Amino acid sequence: MSPAAPTPNLGYGGISRLWTMPGGVHPPEQKDQSNSTPIQSLPLPRRLYIPMDQHAGAPALPVVSAGERVLKGQLIGRDATGRGGNVHASTSGTVQAITEHTLCHPSGLTGTSVILEPDGEECWFAHAGIPDYLAAAPEALLERVREAGIVGLGGAGFPTAAKLAQGNALHTLILNGAECEPYISCDDRLMRERAAEVVEGGRILMRILGVERCLIGVEDNKPEAIEALWTALRASGEERMHLATLPTRYPSGGQKQLIYILTGQEVPSGKRSSTIGVLMHNVMTAAAVYRAVARGEPLVSRIVTVTGAGIGLPGNYEVLLGTPMADLLNASNAHGFHKLIVGGPMMGFTLRDAKTPVTKIANCLLAPTMAELPPPPNAKPCIRCGLCVDACPAKLLPQQLFWFARAGEDHKAVKHHLFDCIECGACAYVCPSDIPLVSYYRVAKDRIRAEREAKRQAEHARRRFEAREARLAREAAEKAERLKRATEARRAELAANPEAQAAIAAALARSQAAEPAAVEPVAAPPEAAADPAAARKAEIAAAIARAKARKTQGAVPAETSDSHKDEPAP
Amino acid sequence: MSLAYAPSPHKSKAENLGAFMRQVVWAAVPGAVALFWAFGWGVVFQVWMCCFTAIATEALVLALRRRPIRPALTDCTALVTGVLLGLALPPYAPWWCAVFGSGFAILFGKQVYGGMGFNPFNPAMLGYVLLLVSFPVQMTIWATPLDLVQRPMGLWDGLSLVWLGETTNHETLVSLHSGIDAWTSASPLDHVKTQLGQGYSLSEALDTPIARGFSGFSWEWVNLAFGLGGLYLCVRKIADWRIPAGMLAALFVLASGFSLTDSDRYTGPIFQLFNGATMLGAFFIATDPVTAATTPRGRWLFGIGIGVLVYVIRTFGGYPDGMAFAVLLMNLAAPTLDYLTIPTAYGHGEEP
Repeated sequence: MSPAAPTPNLGYGGISRLWTMPGGVHPPEQKDQSNSTPIQSLPLPRRLYIPMDQHAGAPALPVVSAGERVLKGQLIGRDATGRGGNVHASTSGTVQAITEHTLCHPSGLTGTSVILEPDGEECWFAHAGIPDYLAAAPEALLERVREAGIVGLGGAGFPTAAKLAQGNALHTLILNGAECEPYISCDDRLMRERAAEVVEGGRILMRILGVERCLIGVEDNKPEAIEALWTALRASGEERMHLATLPTRYPSGGQKQLIYILTGQEVPSGKRSSTIGVLMHNVMTAAAVYRAVARGEPLVSRIVTVTGAGIGLPGNYEVLLGTPMADLLNASNAHGFHKLIVGGPMMGFTLRDAKTPVTKIANCLLAPTMAELPPPPNAKPCIRCGLCVDACPAKLLPQQLFWFARAGEDHKAVKHHLFDCIECGACAYVCPSDIPLVSYYRVAKDRIRAEREAKRQAEHARRRFEAREARLAREAAEKAERLKRATEARRAELAANPEAQAAIAAALARSQAAEPAAVEPVAAPPEAAADPAAARKAEIAAAIARAKARKTQGAVPAETSDSHKDEPAP
Repeated sequence: MSLAYAPSPHKSKAENLGAFMRQVVWAAVPGAVALFWAFGWGVVFQVWMCCFTAIATEALVLALRRRPIRPALTDCTALVTGVLLGLALPPYAPWWCAVFGSGFAILFGKQVYGGMGFNPFNPAMLGYVLLLVSFPVQMTIWATPLDLVQRPMGLWDGLSLVWLGETTNHETLVSLHSGIDAWTSASPLDHVKTQLGQGYSLSEALDTPIARGFSGFSWEWVNLAFGLGGLYLCVRKIADWRIPAGMLAALFVLASGFSLTDSDRYTGPIFQLFNGATMLGAFFIATDPVTAATTPRGRWLFGIGIGVLVYVIRTFGGYPDGMAFAVLLMNLAAPTLDYLTIPTAYGHGEEP
């Protein structure tokens, strides 16, 4: 389908070679449904629903109030954590309300959103770019990226500034233009029409990161995009950027996969790519960085592929963030679709309703008909054919993971590297038994995460308890020690003081002298001792008297007895 | 608006399990035709009886287990078991051998474990081994290749022999061994083994009509045909190529080695590779994915193990062919092989 590429396969400065991604599949590309027309703009929607949660990390906090007039590009949601993203007004207009609205998220949950009624004037707030951006301080450039609310536009939505500020020693920046998912063509159109923005964005990112090498990876099913990038690279005179044409194979655009294809290095399990000195950004993110830095424009719109057999006018649209999907469907003449997928057919998620707004992560709205993407047939037993092993780009054993996940043998699943699964869906795609493998892995991962969290909390509680016990024991020991020391100190003081010793000796002598008198009333009288019978009588009489006294005491009111108690001891 | 919810991926390849299994049956057709051409109608009877019994048993057990019958039958796995067992049986074995063997294969080889996908042993080979150890006479009398007899056995004689135990002339399987109509005889592997056991040299043992050709009269063509169908399965990725490659390589290496040390006592690699059940076993039986190892390296070891065992049983064991035993023994080893050969996942570098 692709004409003979007029560009060399590797190159501009040259990458020595490409590595072959293990596994992978090649589903029908379906990109020609949408990639043949230029990027179009939509009519201004009647209302925008701009969620504060459009990215990975904590949602932004609204900084406008209902009734307030805002200008296009004005900050309406501030990232308070430094690891999220700012949100800006997508057009000028009036804030109608700040309320809960459906998020563009697999959960279909709602989140705080600014409802904006456009005034139709598209009136920008005052902004200015950094004209000489390639000479500016990297910190200033990074700050621009942070302010502009740029997040990964490939679909993951990781805040770009946070990614750039990781602080590991880096040597290579990779711009991801692979766009390996079927149907999606927004990166393709962007590279064809705005290649210079991608290249300049890449140069800015290189300056921020201080790296001397940038690789751009594009699948070979996009010859026009490759040609355009090639031309832009030559025009820029940038010699540190190299363009690489990859064989078309899903999921070559996965971060770990593309890093391997271009560098031959694997990101260690559970680590970030920066640990091997590589950082990757989507080409559209790079273009957004260029606009933010060179023109001062925050991220207020993105390119969305609207495609599928249920779309009358498929194509790519420049969409203001917060535009309801329904507006996109209307503008593209949609009819007869049976589900709506954000993203591609391999990793995208379905929407519950079309009121969901377009956000920074929405790269594609796929509206397939029933015949196009039918619901999967019932799952049949696994016959361990191993086609999934051949398809897995992470070199896992999907069929074994399936057995473990289904049987709840989580420790075995972990031993078979369940958490290295990137959920690309290649295994489920090839499965002849139609088993929804990825769903099994998601459930198992969630179960293991929940278990780990419970264990972590239990461990935390145990540590706290043990620490408290140890503290109490330590305090008791310290108190005893202090007491002992004080006693010893007093003894030593006494030993050194003859006057005090004399006083004690005198006091002792006095008390010994007083002792017989004090004991006398308790001791039996001498005459009673002489006559046992009389003594017995006297004892009985005394006992009766005591009993009488107790009776009268029990009868007296409590106050009296209390006041009795309060009397000072003689 | 109500929209369908579905987890990703939303697209799947069209190929399904039934199509998969039907491909296996189609790929066995060249070998089956070669067997029919070589040994006559008996092949057809055996395959038909095994398929009928296998499918009937499967349906019966599913009904008893109150499981849906139609999906299990349309996936064609019982059909495959029937076809493979039918092709493995001697063409004129009595009818109850086929019925007993394939019924046992489905019932005790598959359904008692929970049905398709859960059986540890290859059902067809389990049925075959049961028959071999229970009825050694019936199971080791092969048909003489049709081209070697003066008056080839006809359809009616064949039917009568299989169903009534005697031909229209009242000849039985055993009496046919030696007579005017020598319609049955030992297989080349069996013949050579017996002769070597009686102290003949290999060249003397091979000097018989049924051992003519490069690997036994007619058997070479049967094996070539099965090999051809097997290659198709490998190309279509329905069978994993590593298992037959490992098995045939191991058989080749061992046969070459022993035959080089003493060419008068050990048959050569070509004789081993194109005789008996070698190709049927390598491409159709050992590659049953349910009971084979599943990791790439595990499949190599699985295939090699079968090749080694086949050679050892054929050469030093008590049976003329060892395919069924070798496959069952390696089925037993498959979970361990899988455990020992977990591939290094992405991001786990060189660490073990």
